[in-house]
Amino acid sequence: MAKQVTVENLSVLFGSDKAKEQALKMIDEGYSVGDIREETGVTVANMNVNFDIQPDELFVIVGLSGSGKSTFIRTLNLLNKPTRGDIKINGESLLGLSKEALRSYRRKDVSMVFQHFGLLSHRSVLENVEYPLEIQKVNKKERIEKSRAALEQVGLKDWENSMPSELSGGMRQRVGLARALVNDPELLLMDEPYSALDPLIRREMQNELLNLDDSSERTIVFITHDMNEAFRIGDRIALMRDAEVVQIGTPLDFFKNPANDYVKDFIADVDKSRILKARNIMRKPLNVVTLDMTAKQARTKMEDTQSEYAFVVNEDKEYLGFIVAQDLEKSEARSLKKFLKEDHHVLRRNTYLSDALKALQSSTYDVAVLDKKQHLRGVISNDEIIAALAE
Amino acid sequence: MISFPEQLVYRISRFIDLGVDWVLDNFRGFFRGFASFVNSLFNIFDTIFSSIPWWVYIILLVIAGWRLYNIKVGIGLGAMLYAIGMFGLWDDMIYTLIIIFIGVTASLLIGLPSGIAMAKFSRVERVLKPLLDGMQTMPSFVYLIPAVTLFGLGRVPAVIATSIYAIPPLIRLTYLGITSVDKEVIEAGRSFGSTSMQMLFKIELPQSLPTIMTGVNQTTMMAMAMVVIASMIGADGIGAQVLVSMRRLEIGQGFQAGLAIVFLAIILDRIFQGIAKRFERSVTMDG
Repeated sequence: MAKQVTVENLSVLFGSDKAKEQALKMIDEGYSVGDIREETGVTVANMNVNFDIQPDELFVIVGLSGSGKSTFIRTLNLLNKPTRGDIKINGESLLGLSKEALRSYRRKDVSMVFQHFGLLSHRSVLENVEYPLEIQKVNKKERIEKSRAALEQVGLKDWENSMPSELSGGMRQRVGLARALVNDPELLLMDEPYSALDPLIRREMQNELLNLDDSSERTIVFITHDMNEAFRIGDRIALMRDAEVVQIGTPLDFFKNPANDYVKDFIADVDKSRILKARNIMRKPLNVVTLDMTAKQARTKMEDTQSEYAFVVNEDKEYLGFIVAQDLEKSEARSLKKFLKEDHHVLRRNTYLSDALKALQSSTYDVAVLDKKQHLRGVISNDEIIAALAE
Repeated sequence: MISFPEQLVYRISRFIDLGVDWVLDNFRGFFRGFASFVNSLFNIFDTIFSSIPWWVYIILLVIAGWRLYNIKVGIGLGAMLYAIGMFGLWDDMIYTLIIIFIGVTASLLIGLPSGIAMAKFSRVERVLKPLLDGMQTMPSFVYLIPAVTLFGLGRVPAVIATSIYAIPPLIRLTYLGITSVDKEVIEAGRSFGSTSMQMLFKIELPQSLPTIMTGVNQTTMMAMAMVVIASMIGADGIGAQVLVSMRRLEIGQGFQAGLAIVFLAIILDRIFQGIAKRFERSVTMDG
C-alpha cells in the first residue's frame, strides 16, 4: 500500500546545539527567520511545518531557492534530522526507528531521486540501478532481472552497459529514476529532478512521470521551484517561503483562493488551460455498484445516493460501464450484467480540461475518470469543467 | 655580542637518550624480530625480482607505456630501463626497487586506513593533521636516526625509514579523496540504506580512487628520494653508487648513477600517473 505521510510541527535548524535551543525559543516567541539568524547564527530551514500527504498522492512542494523545500524532503528519509516535531509514515514515527529499522525503511519503503542525479560514475547504468538491491544482498540473477525491468520502464533498455558519463542529462535522470524504482518503493522522493534539464526534455519527463504515477500506487513527493511544473503534475501543492508553508491545496484552490499577495504573484504567469486536468477537479463517486450485486441491492444503492444511475465496477475495481435506475425497476435479477451500458464517455485522469470539454459535450450524466489500469478514480460533470476553466 | 647565558642552558638530549635506552632494553626482542621479518621479506622479493630476466622487465614496461599512453612513451620508458642496465647498474636498480616496493606497500597498509580514519573521525583528523605537517617539514635524513637506533645499519632501517618518510602524501590524499566525494552521491548511497562499510567500499573508495592513486604516485616518488639518502645508513642500491662515487670524487660514475636514478624516477612516475589518469577517466562525469 502507498504510504501516508504526516508532518507534525516540524522544525529543522542548523547550528550548534546550544544556539538551536535558543532559536527554538525565538520561534515560539514569533521571531522571523532573519531575526533568528542575526541573533543566534542558527539557520532555520523549516519552521513549524504541518501537513498530511495522502496515500498515492503526487504532492508537490514549490518555493524559491532557500525556502527550505530541499531540507524538508530530506527529513522524509532522515538524511536531515528534525530538530523538533515529528514525521509519521502510516502513523509510525520516523524518529522512533532504531538504526536497523531506519535502514530497512530506506531499503524497502522509500527512494530518492536527486537534482544532479547522484549517479555512481564508476559503475555502468545497469550496475547503478542494481545498487539498491545489491546492498540488500539480493542475488545477482534477481537483481539484474529487476534492474532491467526498471530500465525498460524508463526507456533505457538498450543502454545498460553504458557508463553514466556517456549519457545526456535527461538519460542520466532516467537512470536515477530507474534506480529509485527498482526496489518498488511506496514513497518516492524527488528533489528538483528535472531542474537541471532543458525545457523540452523536462516536459517529456513530466509526462512520463504522470504516466508512471498513473499506473502504480505510490506516494510521490516532488520538489520544484517552477510553479508551472508544480501545477502541471501535482495533485496538491504546498508553497513554501522562508522555511514556512504559505499555502497548501489543489491547483484549483490556488487559482480560486490565493492565500495572500505573495501567492498571487507566484501564480501570476501560470497558464491555467495547460495546467488543469481531470484529476484536479474530479469528485469521489458515491453511486458505485459492483457487477455481482443483485438488481435489488443496486436499486437500494441508487436510492441511498439519490441518483438515477450508477457506475459499475468489477471486483478489481475496474470500470465496466453504468446502469440506469429505470431499467432495473422491479427486476429480481441476480446480476447486473444485462443492464450494463458500455457506450459511455470516459476520461483519463490526466486529460487536460480543455480537451475533456470537447469530448463531453453530449453527455448528460457525470463522466467516469479512469487511471491507466481502468480503475474508477472519480467523476466529473460538464458544468464543473466549464466552471473550472471560467474561474 | 652577548651569548645565551650558560646557566639557562638545559639539555633535553640526555632524557631522550635515557628513553631510547629504556625502549631498547625492554623491546630488544621485538625490534630484532621485526628486523628479521623485514629481512626475510626482502629475501623473498629479492628471489622473485631477480629470477625475472632483464628483457622481460623491458618488454613489460614498453607494453605498459604503450597501453597507458602511446607506443612512443612505451619505447622511451623501455630505453631508459635499458640504459640503466647498460650503465652496469641493473642489480643495484633491482635492489633499490625492492626497498621502494616494500616501503610503499607498508605505506599503503598504514596510510590507507589512516586516511580513511582521518576522513571519518574528526578526532583522528585533529591529531593527524599537525603530525603530517610536522613530518613533511622534517628533513629526510632525520628519519634515519631513529631507524638506525632501533634497527642498526643496513637495508632494514632503510625500508622502515622509507615507508615512514613517504607516508604523508598518501594519508593526505586518501583523506582528500574521501572528503571530496560529491555530496549528492553520498546522499544517494545513504538514502538507499547502505551500511557504513558499504558506503566506504562501494561508493567512497571507488569514487576517490584517482585521488588515492595520485597519493600512491607521490608516495612512490618520496620513497625514491629516500632510498638514495638511505644509502648513508648502509643500504645498497643505486644510491650507494652515488655515495661511493662522491667519496672517491669519481665524477663520471657519480653522474651515471645520478642519471639512472632520474630514469627510474621518471619510469615509476609515468606508470603511476598513467594508472591514476585511467581511474580518473572512469569516475568523472563530464569529458
